[in-house]
Amino acid sequence: MPQVLVLADHAEGRAKKTTLELLAAARRLGEPAAVVVSATGPSAQLKEELACHGATRIYAVESADADDHLVTPTVGALELAAREASPVAVLVPATVEGNEVAARLAVRLDAGLLLDAVDLDASGTATHIVFGGSYTVTSRATHGTPVISVRPGAFEPEEQMTQAVEQPLTLPSVDPAGSARVIERRPAPAGDRPALAEASVVVSGGRGVAGPEGFKVVEQLADALGGAVGASRAAVDAGYYPHQYQVGQTGTSVSPQLYIALGISGAIQHLAGMQTSKTIIAVNKDPEAPIFNIADLAVVGDLFSVAPQLTEEVTRRKG
Amino acid sequence: MNIVVLVKQVPDTSAERTLTEGEYGHFTLDREALDPVLDEINERAVEEALRLKETIGAQVTVVTMGPEPAADALRKALAMGADAGIHVCDEALRGSDVPTTARVLAAAVRAVEDVDLVLAGNAATDGRAGAVPAAVADLLGLPQLTQVRELEISDGQVRAERVTEDGEATLQASLPSLVSVTEKINEPRYPSFKGIMAAKKKPIRTLDLDDVFPDADSQRFVTARSQVAQAVPRPPRAAGTRCDDDGSAGRRIAEHLMAQKLL
Ligand SMILES: Cc1cc2nc3c(=O)[nH]c(=O)nc-3n(C[C@H](O)[C@H](O)[C@H](O)COP(=O)(O)OP(=O)(O)OC[C@H]3O[C@@H](n4cnc5c(N)ncnc54)[C@H](O)[C@@H]3O)c2cc1C
Ligand SMILES: Nc1ncnc2c1ncn2[C@@H]1O[C@H](COP(=O)(O)O)[C@@H](O)[C@H]1O
Repeated sequence: MPQVLVLADHAEGRAKKTTLELLAAARRLGEPAAVVVSATGPSAQLKEELACHGATRIYAVESADADDHLVTPTVGALELAAREASPVAVLVPATVEGNEVAARLAVRLDAGLLLDAVDLDASGTATHIVFGGSYTVTSRATHGTPVISVRPGAFEPEEQMTQAVEQPLTLPSVDPAGSARVIERRPAPAGDRPALAEASVVVSGGRGVAGPEGFKVVEQLADALGGAVGASRAAVDAGYYPHQYQVGQTGTSVSPQLYIALGISGAIQHLAGMQTSKTIIAVNKDPEAPIFNIADLAVVGDLFSVAPQLTEEVTRRKG
Repeated sequence: MNIVVLVKQVPDTSAERTLTEGEYGHFTLDREALDPVLDEINERAVEEALRLKETIGAQVTVVTMGPEPAADALRKALAMGADAGIHVCDEALRGSDVPTTARVLAAAVRAVEDVDLVLAGNAATDGRAGAVPAAVADLLGLPQLTQVRELEISDGQVRAERVTEDGEATLQASLPSLVSVTEKINEPRYPSFKGIMAAKKKPIRTLDLDDVFPDADSQRFVTARSQVAQAVPRPPRAAGTRCDDDGSAGRRIAEHLMAQKLL
C-alpha cells in the first residue's frame, strides 16, 4: 500500500488530537506514515500514540531549529520525507499554521493544494464547505502529490494497532536570512473550556452583551453546557472579549451541535462562521434581527434575563 | 526603504456569492455579479505601509493580480497614499490556484528593485485560505512573519506579534522580510479628495504573463494543479420556532434542548 504522510503535531511529548484525526483520514488513502519534527526526537509516548492510531512508519526528523523558527523547519521536514517516501498525499491540519505549511510545501513539490477538507475519499477527492457554508465543493489534485489540509474535528481518531517502523532523517539547519525566529511563544491558555473550533457547544456573545462584565453571563451558560465561548467582531472590537474568540468570516469557523447567539444581530460575516452549526438558538431584543432567519429557536427577549434562567435550568436538569 | 503591498480585489462580502460552471467543468466564483472592492484586510496592509512611510520613509508599491477591474483596487490604494502600482493581468491567469498566484506575485515583487518589505493581508475574504503570503515568502526566500497584529521596524530588524488559534508568538527577522497583517493591526484611513485626485496621476504598470515569466511557454503554463469537480449549493437554513420572552423563555429553551437530546 502506498504511504500517506501525516504531519504529527505534538506538544509536551504527546500527539495533538488533530494528529490522531489526520491518521484516521490518511487511512482512507493508504498507509499512514507520521512525520515528527522536533529538536530532540519523538518521545516514547508520542511514538506509542502514533502506532496505536495506525501509523506504520514514523519519519523522525531532528532539527535543532524546530522550536525557534517559524514554519520553515516543518516545511523542510515534510519535503524531505516526501522525497524519501513518494507518498500519494501529504496531510496537515487546516489550522492557520497548517495552511501556511501546506502552501509552501505545495509550491516546493509543484503539487495540487487542497485546503480545509472536511472529507476525503479513496481516490483523493476532497470535500470542502465554502463561502460560509453556502456551497459544498469537491476537488482533486491534477498535478503532483496532493497536499491536503484537513479541518480539525472533521474526522474522529480511530484506534488501530500497528508496528511503527522508525526512520530518522536529518534536516539541514535553516538559513537565518530566510526564516523568522520565534523569540517567545505564549500558547493560548488551555483553561477548562473546550477549544472553540472543536467544541460541540458554543455560546457566543455580541455587542448586546454590553461590556466585559456582561460576558460572565455568556461564560456561565457555556460552562453549564460544557461548551466554548465565542464572540462577534463587534464585541471583540469593543474590547468585551479577547480576539482569539471571534467567530465568523475573519475569525474562527465553528460547526458545533449547538450554537447559542446572545445579543448578536447576525451580520453575513458572522453567519459565515457559524451557519453550518447543527442547532442554532438566538436571543435578541430586536424582533427584526437577521440572526432569527437562520435560528431553529428564536427568542425575542433580553439576554440578561433569558440566559441566566437557562443556565439555572441546565444546571438543575443536569444535577 | 521599498515596500510592496500585495492587494486583492474581492467581491463585497455583504452580497451573496455564487459559483458558476465554466468551460471544461471548472467552477469559478461569479465575480461579475458582485460589487468588487479592495479587500478590507488589504486596506489595513496599505495603511501599515503608509505609517512606515510617514515614520521612517518609504516608497510604497501596490501589486495585484486580477482581471481588468482589479486596477480599481490599485487606484484606491494609491488614493490612500501609495506611490505606484503594478497590475498583473492576463486572460491565461484566470482560475489560478494558490501556487500559481504566489509564483506570479513573487515574480511581480522581483520586478520592483531592492524590496525591503512585502506586506499582505493574512487571508482573503473570498477564499480565506491564508496561504498565498506563506507561498510568496517561500518563493522569494524571505522570512515569513504572518498573522501579525503588531509590527515594529527599526535598524533593519522586524519584530512582530503573531496571533493564531494556538496562541501568540513574538517573531523577529532581518529585512528583507514578508509580513501579513490581521484585521486588528490598525484602522485604515479614508482616501482624501486630494488623494483621489493625486491617484489619477500616479503610475500603474500593467504586466502580462510574458512580462512576468519571459521564459515560460505560455501554451503550457499551468494555472491550476487542482480542479473543482462539483459544486452544490447547500440548502438555505429555514427559520424555526419563534417566541417572545414572557419571563419563562430560559425554561422554554431548556425544554427545546431536552427534546433535541442536546441536554
Ligand atoms: C470584512 C469584514 C469581516 C468581518 N468579519 C466578521 C467576523 O469574523 N465575525 C463577526 O462577528 N463579524 C464580522 N464582521 C462584522 C459584522 O459585519 C458585524 O458588524 C458584526 O458581526 C456585528 O456584531 P454584533 O452582532 O455583536 O453587533 P450588532 O450588529 O451591533 O448587534 C447587537 C445586537 O444585540 C442586540 N441586543 C442589544 N442588547 C441586547 C440585550 N440586552 N438582549 C438581547 N439582545 C440585545 C441588538 O438588538 C442587536 O441585534 C466583519 C465585517 C467586515 C466588513
Ligand atoms: N490575486 C492576488 N493579488 C494580490 N495579492 C493577493 C492575491 N491573492 C492573495 N493576495 C495576498 O495574499 C493575502 C492572503 O490571501 P489568501 O492567501 O488568498 O487568503 C491577501 O490579503 C493579499 O495580500
